Order: sequence, then structure tokens, then C-alpha cells
Amino acid sequence: MSVLVFADSTDGKFKKTAFEVVSYGKKVAEQLGSNLVVLTINASDASQLYTYGAEKVLNITNDNLTTFNAKGYALAIKQAAEATDANVVIVDSSTDGLYVGPLVAVALEAGYASNVVAAPSSTAPFTVKRKAFSNKAFANTTISTENKVIGVAKNSFGIHENPVSGTSENFEAHISDADLGVKSEKIDKVTGKVTIADADIVVSAGRGLKGPENWGMIEELADVLGAATACSKPVSDLGWRPHSEHVGQTGKPVASNLYIAIGISGAIQHLAGINASKVKVVINTDPEAPFFKAADYGVVGDAFEVVPKLIEKLKAFKAS
Amino acid sequence: MKILVCISHVPDTTSKINFTNNNEDFDTNGVQFVINPYDEFCLTRAMWFKEKQGATVTVVNVGEANTEPTLRKALAIGADDAIRVNVNPTDGFLVAKELTAIVKDGGYDVVLAGKESADYNGQMVPGMLASLTDFNFVNGCVGLEIEGNQVTAVREIDGGNETLATNLPIVIGGQKGIVEEKDLRIPNMRGIMMARKKPLQVVEPTGSEAKTAAQSFEKPAPKGAVKLVDADNLDELINLLHNEAKVI
Ligand SMILES: Cc1cc2nc3c(=O)[nH]c(=O)nc-3n(C[C@H](O)[C@H](O)[C@H](O)COP(=O)(O)OP(=O)(O)OC[C@H]3O[C@@H](n4cnc5c(N)ncnc54)[C@H](O)[C@@H]3O)c2cc1C
Repeated sequence: MSVLVFADSTDGKFKKTAFEVVSYGKKVAEQLGSNLVVLTINASDASQLYTYGAEKVLNITNDNLTTFNAKGYALAIKQAAEATDANVVIVDSSTDGLYVGPLVAVALEAGYASNVVAAPSSTAPFTVKRKAFSNKAFANTTISTENKVIGVAKNSFGIHENPVSGTSENFEAHISDADLGVKSEKIDKVTGKVTIADADIVVSAGRGLKGPENWGMIEELADVLGAATACSKPVSDLGWRPHSEHVGQTGKPVASNLYIAIGISGAIQHLAGINASKVKVVINTDPEAPFFKAADYGVVGDAFEVVPKLIEKLKAFKAS
Repeated sequence: MKILVCISHVPDTTSKINFTNNNEDFDTNGVQFVINPYDEFCLTRAMWFKEKQGATVTVVNVGEANTEPTLRKALAIGADDAIRVNVNPTDGFLVAKELTAIVKDGGYDVVLAGKESADYNGQMVPGMLASLTDFNFVNGCVGLEIEGNQVTAVREIDGGNETLATNLPIVIGGQKGIVEEKDLRIPNMRGIMMARKKPLQVVEPTGSEAKTAAQSFEKPAPKGAVKLVDADNLDELINLLHNEAKVI
């Protein structure tokens, strides 16, 4: 029996979540007394994973999988799970992870829990804690099938070093064109910018900013902090910012270490998307804004005065 | 074109979330149930296909009798008929299995479902349904065009969009963008009157078994009060973020 972790990469480089899922897999393998096997697809340097406990890494090099394809990836993961006799398969809960997870579950006739936030609280019955009700609660969920698929929520278990002297070998996946189902025609990506999914810090602004012309200071603040920019829903609805920046219940979830909310009221639907962030800072003119109840730190003040000052002070702090 | 839209019956987004019976059950007291917001976008897209390209639109819910008002609302928005599979939807796999039977029976070409439900947020059902039916599948869909057998779909990826080409039959996991929010359909009086007469068929489940079960629920630990920093003392904020929270 083994635990199989899929460590995702883009253009050969591991995503940060890859190190978190390997850390998680190591823990589960210990709990179950099984081997840990890590699967990579077209990744360049498997040895990076040894730091987090990956003793054995299987590498797939396959031209059919150069860009993410859910069916193709699911088939590869299934083949690796069968070859390694894995009964627990661990993926992340990113956009791609949530696309592939259910397909792997059906292929392995496995019970699947996504958005899992902690190591199993028990292995018999196998019980994990997952997010529910738009981050307003957690569900302790048991998986009753022999095979199990777990999707780990970002920044929930954390990255834990556990160095081992690992080995890596090639694994051949049999995937034909016909297995792919959909064909990628075009990818439009804002390059050179930190994305909300990868960012440790997110700087977000709402309708309090009054108009798109005022976003210069938000971008500058994000630049100083190496952060991604985000916004509330009305801001993307009004077309001030692209939809890809809209966070909240109907937008993107944010699980960053630091979330700075500027001119955002803190409506329940917005909070639902950012609850998983660790530290929240609010800047708002209205001391009664609901966001202050959800925040760790707050500044009651006008964004147009506070933000430029904060940028200057942060620049000085970074330079010191 | 035969379209099936999956409708999940979920607490309204402003609902207070509480649990009863030793935190084993969700407390529905005072909670208003609505069409899952992601499903609403899909339903509106289906209506567009019906009006512009010609299609029949069936809505389906896996759930007990209390979900019928939600299905009636979907009929009032314009769906032609509704199906309810009479079982408590305790697990994504069970729901996907029951939907598979409906899809196979009905010979649908397109299945639209919200990418996730606002209660369990599993993001499981559309993908599992696609696998079980062997349909093509696009998740997180923010744009969809169908010409004959050809499908062009756009999905959201981290930091952008990806355009995908595929064929019918297809399962789509949709979200805002598949239609814009301003275009969402709201039932009007005529729609509500007509919905009363539209067929709502109740079918018994095939008996598929759940693979997971939520044993108990918990709420996040209560948070301490916010630390307020004076707007004239931003050095203090930087100090707190650096030394106390250790995030910068
Ligand atoms: C089904 C449904 C789903 C939804 N999903 C989402 C979602 O995913 N994400 C989301 O964000 N919303 C969502 N909403 C909308 C949500 O209810 C709120 O309307 C929205 O979050 C408010 O955005 P806002 O805070 O930017 O704007 P407002 O509510 O207009 O608040 C602006 C804030 O800015 C402050 N302000 C004004 N001027 C200044 C200044 N100069 N300096 C500092 N502060 C200032 C004000 O005090 C106020 O608190 C949803 C709503 C529904 C019904």
C-alpha cells in the first residue's frame, strides 16, 4: 500500500502548493505506515521534493500533457496509482486540482474530499476536516471507500521540511490524443504579475476607491509588497478591474498570509472568500464597516490619505 | 439540442450558519433556500441557447420534497420541465451517480451545472458526472458557444483564461461569466403562473451509495477584537505586521 501525491508544476517549475501537498502526503503516509510516492508531470527537478519527504518520485514526460488537461492528468494519476498500489491519492485544491480531482475519484472508485484543511484526525474511520458553507464552517468528513482522494486546500497544512535522500525514476503514462477530450486552443495570461492563487500577500480594494483611475496607488502598494491585486465584486461588475480579480463567494477564494482590504465594506459574501487568509488588515473611513469585525488590524481613515503614506513608509521599511 | 441544467438547493448567501444535534446537522431554522448562484448563471445560459439556437431545457435536482419550490423557480425562469430524484443528497458521488441515470435516460447533449454548490463547495458533481457518462468536460467555465457538434469553451485559470475546443456531448461546470450577472433572469408573474402547470416529475433513486459522509460540523474559532492603529501612526502598523503577525 502506498500514498500517492501529485505535485503539480507549470513550465517545469513546481507550484508552491506542490511542496504543501508533499508535506501533507508525508504526514498521511506516517499515519498509515505506508510508503510515500510522488508523481510529477513534465517537471524538471524532482530532487526539490526530497526536502519535504518524497523518498520516491515518479516522473512522467509526455508531450500530450505539456499543458494541463484534466482527463489526461487524471489518466496519468490513475495509472501511477495502480502501478504503485496506492489507495490514498492526494492532489491540491487549486483551479486545476479541483478540475482533475473528481475525475481521479471516479477512475479509482474512490471517495473524494476537496478543500481539506488538516491532516486526517483519524485513519480508521478515515476522517478529514474540509471547508464548507462558503468558508463559514468546516465539515468533519469520513471517507468509507478503500481508495481515497484528498484535495488539500492551499495554505492550510503548511509546508514542512522533512529531508530524505530520495530517488526518482521515469514513469511511462499511456495517453493518446483521443483520451484528452478537450483541446487547448489559446491561453491568455497576465504574465509577469503575481496571481491571486500564488500570492502570499493580496492587496484588495473596493467601491470606496471611487473609480478605476484611482487604482495606481493600489498597484504601487502591491508592487512594494510583492503582492497580487484584487477587488470586491461591484468593482469588477462596474468594469473598473478585470473579473479575474474579483474575490469572494462568487469570485476567487483567497488563502494568503496577508490580506489588505481598502475601501471594502466587508459584506458576508466578500468575507466568505477571504476567511481562509491568515492576517487581515482593513483601511476604511467608516468605523462601523463590518470588515473591522473580521480584521486583525484596522485603520479608520481615508484611503486617499492612508495608502500613499503607507507606501512611503513601506518603501523606507524595505530599504532599511 | 437537449440541455439538462442541474439545480442545487442551497442556503441564501446571507444565511447564518448554525448546527444542531451535537453539531451533526445543519440548522435550517430561519434559513431561506435559493437556486445555487452558480447554477443560476448556467440556467440563464441554457435559456439563451433555447431562444437563440433552439433547445429544450430540463432542470434536475437530487433532493427531497422540500426542494420543489426551488425547482419551480427554475421553471418560472423558463425551463420546460423538471425532474426531482427523491433522495437526500449526502455526498457528491451519490448525486453524480443519480444524475448519470437521468442523463443516460434522457439522451441529453449538454449538461450545465454550477462548478460548485454554495453549501458543501465540493466542486465534485460536474466532474464525476462527466466521468461516469464519458462526456467531455470543462470546469470553471466563463464562456460557452455551441455550433452543431462543436463546442468552444473558455475556462478561468490562475491569472487568466484558457480557450478550449471540444465536441458534444459535454458537461460544463459553470460560473459567473458564462453569462454576466446583469443578464440573470428573474421570474416574472407570467413565468410563475406558467411554472405551476409545467411538469415536475419525481423519480426514485437507483440506490447508489455514498462514499463520504459529513459526521459533524464546526465553526471557525471566534476571532479576537481588531487592533486599531491611528491613521497618523502607520509605523505602528508596519511594526505589528512585521514583529507580531510576521507577515512582512
Ligand atoms: C449572491 C451574492 C453574491 C455575492 N458575491 C460577492 C463576492 O463574491 N465578492 C464580493 O466582494 N461581493 C459579493 N457580493 C456583494 C456584496 O454583498 C457587497 O455588495 C460587496 O462586497 C460590496 O463591495 P464594496 O465593499 O467594494 O462596496 P461598498 O459596499 O460600496 O463599500 C465601500 C466601502 O468603502 C468605504 N469607503 C468609502 N470611501 C472610502 C475612502 N475614501 N477610504 C476608505 N474607505 C472608503 C465605505 O465606508 C464602505 O465600507 C455578493 C452579493 C450577492 C447578493
